[in-house]
Amino acid sequence: MSLYFALLLAGLAVVLALGSAGVALFAGREPRILRVASMPLLGLAGLATTFAGLFALLGDGSASTTLPLGLPWMPWHLRMDALSGFFLLVMGLVTCAVGLYGPSYVRGFERGRDSLAALGGFTGLFLVGMLLVVLADDAFLFMVAWELMSLSSYFLVAFQHENAANRRAAFLYLLMAHIGGLAILLGFGVLAAFGHGFDFDSMRAAELSPLWASLAFGLAFLGFGMKAGLVPLHAWLPEAHPVAPSHISALMSGVMLKVAVYGFIRVVYDLIGQVQWQWGVALLVVGSVSALMGVLFALMQTDLKRLLAYSSVENLGIIFIALGLGLLFQGTDHPTLAALAFVAALYHVINHALFKGLLFLGAGAIQHSAHERDLEQMGGLLRRMPWTGYFFLVGCVSISALPPFNGFVSEWLTFQAALQAWQLESGVLRSLIPIASAVLALTGALVAATFVKVYGVAFLGQARSRHVRRARPVPHGMRAGLGLLAGLCLLFGVLPTQIIALIDPVAELMVGSGVPQAGAQGWLWLTPIAPETASYSAPISILLLALIAGFAIWWFRRGKVRRIRRCDPWDCGFAPPDPHMQYTATSFAQPIRRVFALLFEIEESRPQPEDAAPRYRLKIGDRAWGLLYQPVARAVESASRRVVKLQSGNVRVYLGWTLATLLVLLWIIS
Amino acid sequence: MSAWLVALLQALLYPALAPLLVGWVRKVKARLQNRRGASVFQPYADLRKLLIKETRVAHTASELFRVAPYIVFVATWLAAATVPLVALDLPIAAVADIIVLVGLLALARFFLALAGMDAGTAFGGMGASREMLVSALAEPAMLMAVFTLAMTAHSTSLQSVMAHHLADGFLLRPSYLFAFGALVLVALAECGRIPVDNPSTHLELTMIHEAMLLEYSGRHLALMEWAAQIKLLLYGVLIVNVFFPWGVGANFGVLALGSGLAVVLLKLLVLGALLAAGETVLAKMRLFRVPGFLNLALLLALLGLLSHVILEVGA
Repeated sequence: MSLYFALLLAGLAVVLALGSAGVALFAGREPRILRVASMPLLGLAGLATTFAGLFALLGDGSASTTLPLGLPWMPWHLRMDALSGFFLLVMGLVTCAVGLYGPSYVRGFERGRDSLAALGGFTGLFLVGMLLVVLADDAFLFMVAWELMSLSSYFLVAFQHENAANRRAAFLYLLMAHIGGLAILLGFGVLAAFGHGFDFDSMRAAELSPLWASLAFGLAFLGFGMKAGLVPLHAWLPEAHPVAPSHISALMSGVMLKVAVYGFIRVVYDLIGQVQWQWGVALLVVGSVSALMGVLFALMQTDLKRLLAYSSVENLGIIFIALGLGLLFQGTDHPTLAALAFVAALYHVINHALFKGLLFLGAGAIQHSAHERDLEQMGGLLRRMPWTGYFFLVGCVSISALPPFNGFVSEWLTFQAALQAWQLESGVLRSLIPIASAVLALTGALVAATFVKVYGVAFLGQARSRHVRRARPVPHGMRAGLGLLAGLCLLFGVLPTQIIALIDPVAELMVGSGVPQAGAQGWLWLTPIAPETASYSAPISILLLALIAGFAIWWFRRGKVRRIRRCDPWDCGFAPPDPHMQYTATSFAQPIRRVFALLFEIEESRPQPEDAAPRYRLKIGDRAWGLLYQPVARAVESASRRVVKLQSGNVRVYLGWTLATLLVLLWIIS
Repeated sequence: MSAWLVALLQALLYPALAPLLVGWVRKVKARLQNRRGASVFQPYADLRKLLIKETRVAHTASELFRVAPYIVFVATWLAAATVPLVALDLPIAAVADIIVLVGLLALARFFLALAGMDAGTAFGGMGASREMLVSALAEPAMLMAVFTLAMTAHSTSLQSVMAHHLADGFLLRPSYLFAFGALVLVALAECGRIPVDNPSTHLELTMIHEAMLLEYSGRHLALMEWAAQIKLLLYGVLIVNVFFPWGVGANFGVLALGSGLAVVLLKLLVLGALLAAGETVLAKMRLFRVPGFLNLALLLALLGLLSHVILEVGA
């Protein structure tokens, strides 16, 4: 019963989101509407989505309904089950925070020239699209919703279209989204051909030969992987995500990428069903490459939002590593281990939504009050905007997978799943998984370096430019949005057993097994496999940390010399340190850039002694452009140049071609 | 209940013994260099002096600068408390396993590096940048080395790993040899010892750990130094107790605990002397030689893991 209620709530969320889009249309005439009506409605839609997700996760079974919309012979099928519920929860939590944060943030656009109606309208439609993707129970509605999501986010990326770079990013995004959409459509085509129907129920019932199943998997992996920004199909992501307004970036990175993960899980686990372990290997390899390349590029960036976008590539890589482990274990008949890896992947899905949402909103807060995205101009922001600074720190610690925050839990679970590789029979697989976990460990350490750089350069030290020195704290609404996500990051880190109990029904539904052992020793102890194999108690760790720290602070402050005197920093006896002597973001990353130089395309020009105005130039390019994109673009161009020869401009020739094509097609089908 | 008491006692032993190990290493090093050197108890006196001195903080530093020493100290201490020192079967093992231990050390390092960047001087940023480079390469090697042990024992709990090793007897496993080599190299890098970093240098071009602490004074500096000493002891105990677990207390009797303490102290004295000898004969490497050094560690750890999954599974 609660599933029907959840479905109803999700419907309410769709209506609210549509309402948010509808009222925003009037924002062109009355800019206030966006702030006082559209964004709050979006927040309410987020709240309804959150509760829909919670009810679906706590309920049992599934609920479905049809809407009399769509094609005449195929009404829209909607369905709610635990998997949809989980992704609705992810979506809802981030949207709630955006709803809190948005009203004050969009105020900054009110005096600009950009169309507020477009901003509010497409934001609402974007949410509607994502909600419907998760609720869809037939390929037709799924593709319609998918396109709605892609197109509305295209307009949001192109929001500030006066800038040529933004238009270029938006076009690249549109192009890649459609190539991906095409692959997904073809994947559904394979399934529909075997299942004789476009609704998911017939696809589930389809009996595929291993070859066709692998083809459907490959197409789904290509399509959803492109949307998820996996290397080497990631090129659009660091271009498109940063140029959208920050609350949209948070939704795109935090939620839309997760919708791609949802689609992948739905198609591979639910619709195709018969999992093969080779697919796991593919996921493991692609995930590892994405994680490592994503973080290395993130470390090299100086634009804060671009850095965060690259870090999304890395996190999606981690999610796909865990999913790959799950497929591997499932394909080799280890259902409990498969469930563990699957739960780790989902845990990371929600964690990434929380901390990446938080970090993008934080970047937006900096942009709002300091008008700066470039790390090299920032510095000392912790003292200008302390609340934003502390919340951002929570995001940085969480994403760096440090205990006791949430990122650590999912990484710990992934490692635990990887450490069970000894149970596999194949020696090749047994040695492949440790290599993937080595990559994961390297990634984790590099992420910590990246976010030390971000936080140290942006929030600590001294301001590197005048406008950053004048930054002011952000309004309460934005603070509340950040605080909500920061609190959730801590909560998800401290109460892993409860969260896993919440995710468990999804694993039971998709993998056919849960992780019953995880909370078997009581809520304090997280024991995914068995208490003697591995155990972690986040509540006790944080209690001990807080107790000892509190005691230490009390102990060291009770003496005679508790006073702290302020003085100048050490200057080696020369001139007092000025902001330009600080390490910059580029110099911080220099040692790692040098160590991993082979993986980048580095153009560097050092100033010469005779230069009148010495300048240091550094450009770090992505090798994927030269290796994949440019050859493809050139091939397309030369192919179209050949096709151009057909275009004589003479209508009779065109009619001739049409006739010939028709004849050939008739000959083929007869 | 007595188990928790022993765990508490062991947790207290770490900060209590850590300065002694440093003092011992310095003493042996001095002797090897034909100096008399300070007393082995000198680090205690240093800490005491720092604790009662006035604390100064740069104008440019934020609140984080003042909180960081506590976080670094507490995280390092909690990490150490989970490493069995004198006895096995302690309840604290269930709180944190090896991966959590690595995570706690990473937490300490994160705040140490941030604190280094807080005052906005060139040295702090330089130290933080280099520290993150070293740790980025050392952490995977460390995790791979402990994974080798964890996969052998089918458990990520350090106590289970030690218990498994004890039950194995003097079985020589190739994977253990590789993991041992990797862990020693990682320990040198993580504790900032020669040849990666020199704890007794304040030369701008070479320092890593000291560069991040340059702005600290008084009790803040004491906590940072103490945390570094605990970290050295932690790695020392990790090496001697995981690879040579013989002699660790089997029960919570006074005799067993006493002999366990005596044996581990003896092992640590030998390890400290070896460290001092190594630091006497080796020179510090250039910074960009360090990646090669740590890649060797990662390679060894991976070889250990591969030799385990290929040769030893099922054996």
